[in-house]
Amino acid sequence: MNKIILKRSLNPTVTLFTFEAPLIAKKAEPGQFVILRPNSESERIPLTISDFDREAGTVTVIVQIVGATTAELNAIPEGGFICDVAGPLGRPTETEGLKKVAVVGGGVGCAIAYPVAKKLTNLGASVDFIVGFRNRDLVFLEDEFRAASDNLVIMTDDGSYGEKGLVTDALKKLIESGAEYDEVIAIGPLVMMKFVCKLTEQYGIKTVVSMNPIMIDGTGMCGGCRLTVGGKMKFACVDGPDFNGHEVDFDEAMRRNTMYKEFEREKACRLLNTK
Amino acid sequence: MPNMSLKKNPMPSQEPEVRNKNFKEVALGYTEEQALDEAARCLNCKNRPCTQGCPVAIRIPDFIKETAAGNFEKAYEIISLSSSLPAVCGRVCPQESQCEKYCVRGIKGEPVGIGRLERFVADRHNSLPTENRTAPAKNGHKVAVIGSGPSGLTCAVDLAKKGYDVTVFEALHTAGGVLVYGIPEFRLPKDIVSKEVDGLKALGVKIETNVVIGKTLTVDELITQGFEAIFIGSGAGLPNFMNIPGEGLNGVYSANEFLTRINLMKAYRDNSETPVMRAEKVAVVGGGNVAMDAARCAKRLGAKEVYIIYRRSEEELPARAEEVEHAKEEGIVFRLLTNPTEILSEDGKTVSGIRCVEMTLGEPDASGRRRPIEKHGSEFEIPLDCVIMAIGTSPNPLIKSTTNGLETTPKGGIVVDENGETSRENVYAGGDAVTGAATVILAMGAGKKAAAAINKKIQGLL
Repeated sequence: MNKIILKRSLNPTVTLFTFEAPLIAKKAEPGQFVILRPNSESERIPLTISDFDREAGTVTVIVQIVGATTAELNAIPEGGFICDVAGPLGRPTETEGLKKVAVVGGGVGCAIAYPVAKKLTNLGASVDFIVGFRNRDLVFLEDEFRAASDNLVIMTDDGSYGEKGLVTDALKKLIESGAEYDEVIAIGPLVMMKFVCKLTEQYGIKTVVSMNPIMIDGTGMCGGCRLTVGGKMKFACVDGPDFNGHEVDFDEAMRRNTMYKEFEREKACRLLNTK
Repeated sequence: MPNMSLKKNPMPSQEPEVRNKNFKEVALGYTEEQALDEAARCLNCKNRPCTQGCPVAIRIPDFIKETAAGNFEKAYEIISLSSSLPAVCGRVCPQESQCEKYCVRGIKGEPVGIGRLERFVADRHNSLPTENRTAPAKNGHKVAVIGSGPSGLTCAVDLAKKGYDVTVFEALHTAGGVLVYGIPEFRLPKDIVSKEVDGLKALGVKIETNVVIGKTLTVDELITQGFEAIFIGSGAGLPNFMNIPGEGLNGVYSANEFLTRINLMKAYRDNSETPVMRAEKVAVVGGGNVAMDAARCAKRLGAKEVYIIYRRSEEELPARAEEVEHAKEEGIVFRLLTNPTEILSEDGKTVSGIRCVEMTLGEPDASGRRRPIEKHGSEFEIPLDCVIMAIGTSPNPLIKSTTNGLETTPKGGIVVDENGETSRENVYAGGDAVTGAATVILAMGAGKKAAAAINKKIQGLL
């Protein structure tokens, strides 16, 4: 049982949870994730760690409330308890030797990209942080993002805030204007990561993406999180979740993520009807 | 006078056409009369070949003698001296290749139903009100056990009984390991497993769930925390795939994933929060117990056609004979001497079938089994909507990659000596983490051996 000590709504569908998890907080590194179950009957879901405080023994996740399980999590009040949390799982994002990096986040993925940007900045790297949202109302943690980077670029689909356009437009502009990145780190929807990779491939810039496939145990047992990377089968929970984006078969990953779409819809309906 | 019937008392079971639609236990267990009758078949022979066939050396003729005399609790005590999970082993051990294989009665007729008697004795004991078990006096030594599957549970019980302060670390949210996530309810009811785990707690063993050793804590940190010995029973690891085209399609599962969804996450229940595909036509690739479990689960989820695809012949099937028999009775179709070459898809997204090739058996290979060889030009296709790969696992990399100086085989299994000790002093290992996918009882045997060695080492006897 892990007590939620802070719960904050960041936008209509995104909520921040900080909960007690001293052992996980002690080990967590940017890029790693936890598996949690809100209640004793819930599904196990992977959530990337957005922040951690080793002294306070707390871990923060920022969650888009999209399905039944995230809705169950969102139903737990501040001061309430999450049934199970295991972690930190997966390999940390590699940051060694990076001097100039573009960190690209999309939607709730910005929250996952944030600790990576923060770590790189703390290590003395120059970080351009490009964040994309659909519109102004969905933008969150702007101050934190700014503090974690040298240059924050906010993009919105409709131009209601920051610049109008996609994150790939901003990235392209920065590259064209002469930014020489050692690496691009992209975290967000699969389709966004796919197009970031297509762009950086043209410029020959190494690109790392954080994959978030369907998982059950998250410890290297079930094999549900398998992906094709460089033509080989990889398991996101132990081999990842970060992979060389130019080698990831995004189309397969997108297809596999839709495996339970219908079930999810029914489950969400069931949940709404019983409330 | 011994009962000289050549046949075992048959096991009362749910009818095949009934049970293949529910997840309740298939075998119902002997009645007292049947148990008395079956126990009377044991000749109580002098050289006890059955005991030699048991990986944990249960004093089989002794417990059967007490059973025959109606002293069921005494029989339970005798089994408990050697086995910490009798209700489990009576159900899942491959008796036909162990104790019962060597039974003298098996020379002419069927061997004594040792497994069935073990189950009867254990179930009867478990149905009695639990006496207030008190934890034995602590001896002041701390031992950590990694994993709460059969090897870890056995190791923990044996050490706790000797007074060790034992903490079991489990990565999942429920203790039991493969007994909980792998073996289905209809073969091993989860109540039985939780009873065994409760018994462990009554002995004073602490169980820490949601702790992933190698991630949340490392083996070296456990040593720093004052654990004098560590037993690694982390179990099987990542599922193997065939590396044939189409394994990334929607509708392809590893058996581990399919079974975990059903058993650990209860996806077979209508109100389950965890989804699982309910397919019409399913093929399970592989011939072991896990393959049988997956096939029988698929059937129970409503599949009309379920195939077992196995590249060797019936004789080489590694599954327990009873599981094969049950699977057949339940309508599972065996496509033996058959090997998949490609998983097919009409829409490029979901499984629509499997292409296979027929096999013949050649000369014996390194495993001693006859090597399957492809029959040229024998390709054929089976229309399907789900494929489950049950072709074994490779050891989990998490502990190996985070423990300095822990020697592993080229395949990734942890190397141990004859006492179960690894290349790291005071660090022991056993079960699937060492051997690769094997049986519950072999894992228990390894846990038992390591517990004995840990005790001797700490007491300065080794």
